[in-house]
Amino acid sequence: MTAAKPAEAGLTSVPALLARNANDFGGKPAYREKELGIWQSWTWSETKEEVEALALGLLTLGVNPGDHIAIIGRNRPYLYWSMVAAQSVGAVPVPLYQDAVGEEVAYVLDHCQARFIIAGDQEQVDKVLDIQDRLDRLEHIVYLDARGMRKYDHAKLSQFQELQENGRAQKESLAADLKARTDALTYDSTCVMLYTSGTTGRPKGVVLSNQNIIETSKNSCDFDGLGAGEEVLAYLPMAWVGDFIFSIGQAYWTGFCTNCPESAGTMMLDLREIGPTYYFAPPRVFETQLTNVMIRMEDAGRFKRWLFNRYMNVAKRVGPQILDGKPVGFIDRLSYRLGDLLVFGPLKNTLGFTNVRVGYTAGEAIGPEIFEFYRSLGINLKQLYGQTEASVFITQQPDNEVRADTVGVPSPGVELRIADNGEVFYRSPGTFVKYFQNDESTADTKDSEGWVATGDAGFIEKDTGHLRIIDRAKDVGKMADGRLFAPKYVENKLKFFPNILEAVVFGNGRDSCVAFINIDMTAVGNWAERNNIAYGGYQELSQHPAVLDMIQSHVEEVNASVAADEMLSGCQIHRFLVLHKELDADDGEMTRTRKVRRRIVEEKFSDLVTGLYDGSPSVSTVTEVTYEDGRKGSISATLDLRDAAVVSQKMAAE
Amino acid sequence: MLDSDSFITPDGRTIGATVMEMKNITLRFGGVVAIKDISFDIREGEIRAIIGPNGAGKSSMLNVISGFYNPQEGEVWYKGSKRPPMKPYQVARQGIARTFQNIALFEGMSVLDNVMTGRLNHMNSGILSQALWWGKAEREEVENREAVEKVIDFLEIQHIRKTPVARLPYGLKKRVELARALAADPKILLLDEPMAGMNVEEKEDMSRFILSVNDEFGTTIALIEHDMGVVMDLSDRVVVMDYGKKIGDGTPDEVRGNQAVIDAYLGVAHD
Repeated sequence: MTAAKPAEAGLTSVPALLARNANDFGGKPAYREKELGIWQSWTWSETKEEVEALALGLLTLGVNPGDHIAIIGRNRPYLYWSMVAAQSVGAVPVPLYQDAVGEEVAYVLDHCQARFIIAGDQEQVDKVLDIQDRLDRLEHIVYLDARGMRKYDHAKLSQFQELQENGRAQKESLAADLKARTDALTYDSTCVMLYTSGTTGRPKGVVLSNQNIIETSKNSCDFDGLGAGEEVLAYLPMAWVGDFIFSIGQAYWTGFCTNCPESAGTMMLDLREIGPTYYFAPPRVFETQLTNVMIRMEDAGRFKRWLFNRYMNVAKRVGPQILDGKPVGFIDRLSYRLGDLLVFGPLKNTLGFTNVRVGYTAGEAIGPEIFEFYRSLGINLKQLYGQTEASVFITQQPDNEVRADTVGVPSPGVELRIADNGEVFYRSPGTFVKYFQNDESTADTKDSEGWVATGDAGFIEKDTGHLRIIDRAKDVGKMADGRLFAPKYVENKLKFFPNILEAVVFGNGRDSCVAFINIDMTAVGNWAERNNIAYGGYQELSQHPAVLDMIQSHVEEVNASVAADEMLSGCQIHRFLVLHKELDADDGEMTRTRKVRRRIVEEKFSDLVTGLYDGSPSVSTVTEVTYEDGRKGSISATLDLRDAAVVSQKMAAE
Repeated sequence: MLDSDSFITPDGRTIGATVMEMKNITLRFGGVVAIKDISFDIREGEIRAIIGPNGAGKSSMLNVISGFYNPQEGEVWYKGSKRPPMKPYQVARQGIARTFQNIALFEGMSVLDNVMTGRLNHMNSGILSQALWWGKAEREEVENREAVEKVIDFLEIQHIRKTPVARLPYGLKKRVELARALAADPKILLLDEPMAGMNVEEKEDMSRFILSVNDEFGTTIALIEHDMGVVMDLSDRVVVMDYGKKIGDGTPDEVRGNQAVIDAYLGVAHD
C-alpha cells in the first residue's frame, strides 16, 4: 500500500478514499450482496456513482453540514453507502442496532437530534413512527425495502432508490454544492458517531474523527498485511465499532470487498459461498460452530467418527506448531498433510474457513479448547482487545505469538500503561475525540494527555510483553475477608463448558461466592436427547435433576481449577442455581452485544441471591419477561439451590 | 377502477365484486350427504373463512372449489360464468391454487424444487427444448426461478432454500406449502387449515404471511380454520357450516352473535 502517511496523500476522509478506490480499482468488486438467491456485485466505480446519487438525494432533502443521520437496518451495501453519502454531504452517520427496541432508539435519536433516518425496512420504519411524537427534530425517513410501505403516508417518507433518482435528476444544480462539502472534509472532521452499548447507564455517543478511523485502519492493515484482495463477510451489527472498522475503515483503506449475507438465517451458508480471507467473529459464534460440528460427528457412522478422532488428535498435537512455523517431525508433518486431505480440508470448507488468512475473535474470553480446535485445523485465529473509544484496536496478537490466555501486544501506534489499581490505560491515534454532549464523561474517561481508561483490570506479562485481562476494573472487588474477588475470571472458566451458556458470579464483600448458571439449550438439549431425558421446554430442562448434577460437576471442576491460583482461590463457588430463563437483552439483563449487566441481574433476581446466601434448599420466584414486540409477561418457577464442593486452601497447598 | 360493488376496508384494502359463487351445492358420497344445498359467494380481494365443527363438510367444500369433487347438484360460477365440471389441473390453470390440511409436499426434494413445481402452469416449453436446455426452456426457467425466489424472499425461507423438505419442522413445511401455492401466482388461494398443529408463535407468523399476501398481491383467500381467534382476526366474512348445512354467513361480528352458530359450537340442551 501507499507508504506515505494518509494525510500527505490527501486521503483525509472516507469519501476521499472512495474516490481513490474508484480511480485505482474501478473495475474491482467493492460490495456483494446475495439477493433472490444470486450474488449481486458492485464495483468501486459503481459504488462511487451510487454513493454520489444518494448524497445528491440527501441534498434535495435539505441536509446541512453537521446534521446527524441515523442509519438502522441489517448489513446491506445500501446502508454502508448511506454512511459514506452522509459523510460526503458533511453530515455525521449514526448507525443504530437493528434489534434495539423503541425505547433505546428513542433515546439515541433524541440525544443526537437526528433530522434524518435511513431505515432498512418496514419493521424499522414502524419502530421510528411509534416514537416520532417524542422526536421533534425528526424531519424525514428514507426506507430501503418497499415491501408493506405502499399505504404509508409519504409526506415524510421516501424510498431509497427514488431518492437516488431525485438526486441524479438534480445533479446539475447540486453537484457543485456536493463537491464543496466533500472537499471541505478534513482529518479532524467527524467520521462517524457510534453509541456504546453501555454496560452501565445510558449509551454514550462516541465521536470518531477521520484521523481516528483512517490511521487505525492503516495501522491494523499493515500489522496483518491486509490488501485489496481480501474478502470479508459483513454480518455483525452495523452500529458496532468493529463492523465500521472492518467493513468501512479497512475496506476503503485497502480497497477490499465487503460481502453482505442474504438474511441473518443464511449467514452460515453465505459464509461458505464467499469463503472470506479475513474474518471476525465473537467467541460465541466459534463456540456454536464447534458445538454443531461435534453434534454432527456424534451422529456420523463409526468409520467417519474413527477417522475424525484419529486425525483431530494429530491436529491437536502438531497443528498449532505447524501454523506457527515451529519445527515438526517428518512423520507428523506427513500425517497432518494426510489429515488435511481427509478431514481438516473438507471440515474447513463446510465451515467456510478454507480461505481464512487472518481471523480474529474478541469481546469475551474464548475457551482454550475452542481456540485450539480452530488453530489446530490450520486456521490463523487470533485475539485482539479493543473498545469503541479506541476505534477498536488496543492490543492484538501477531502471527506466531498466539495464545488463548492473552490478548496480544499493543497495536501499532498504541501506548499502554497499567495504573496502580491494575486498570489498563492506553493512548493512540485512534483515541476518540469526545462523548457527544457529555463533557463530564469525556473528562472522566480521557485525561488531558490523552490517556484513556479502559475500565478493565489486567497486567502485562514480563517475558512476552503480552497483555492479560482479568476482569472489569469496577467488578474486581474484595471478599469480606479481604481476598480478591474477580467474577469474570470464574465466569469465563464456567462458560468454557459447552453446556454452560452464561454464568453470573456474586460475592463482592461477602464470605463466599455463589453463581447463577444459564444452560446452553443446543448442547444440553442434545445431551438430553441422547440420554432419553424428556423435557417440555427450556424451563423444565434447566431444572431437571440430571442437568443440575451435570452442572454441579462442572462447577466443582472449576472450583478445583480456581483453587490452584493462590490469588483468586477465594472465588470458589459455594452454592449455585440454574436460571429458569435465558438472560436476554430485551429484558435489560444483557447489553445488545450480549454482555451481562451484573447489577441489573443482581437487583432483578435479588430473591434468588438471598436464597443462595441464607441456605434455602429451593426458592419460588416470578420473573417479568419482555417479548420481542415489546409486550410484557411473566414466568414463575421453583428453583433448586445446590451446594458445590469447594477445595480448602490447605488441601490445595498440600 | 372501482365498480359499484367495490369498497375499501378501514385498513385500506380494496374489496371488489363477486369473483366466485357457489349456487345450491349438494355433494353426496353414496348415501352420505356431505354438503346440503349450500350457496355463498367470494368477493375479489377478500379473506373468506369457512368454519364449522369436525365433519361439517368444510374440506369437502374446498374440494368442490378446487375441482377435486364435482357436486351432484348446484353450480359453481367463476368470473361471471358457469364453470363446467373440471379436473383439478384445469381449475389450477384458471388461477386457483391450494394448500392441504395434511402437508402434501415432495419430501425428498429441496424447498426450491418444491416451490418450483408451483410454476408448472407457467411453463409450456416442450420436452425436447427442456432436455436440451435451449431457447425457450432456458428463458422460462430463468423467469420462473425469479418468480419463485421472490416468493421465497417474501415468506422468509431463504435459509432453507436447498434443504430437503423431509428435514424441516412442521411449521416450516406449512410455510413451504404456502410458498408453492403462491408461486402459481393465483387469483384465488385456498388454504385448508393453515394453522393446524402450530404453536402460538408459528400461528402468528402464518397469520402475518396470510395478511401480507392478501395485502401485497391483492390475492383473494378462502381458508378453513379451527382456531376461532385466528379466523375472527383474519377474515372479512365467514361462512359457518354444520352437518353439511350453512348455518351462518357474514362478518365475524355478525357470525359471533348468531344463535345457530353458538348452538353448533357450544351444543344445545335437549330437555
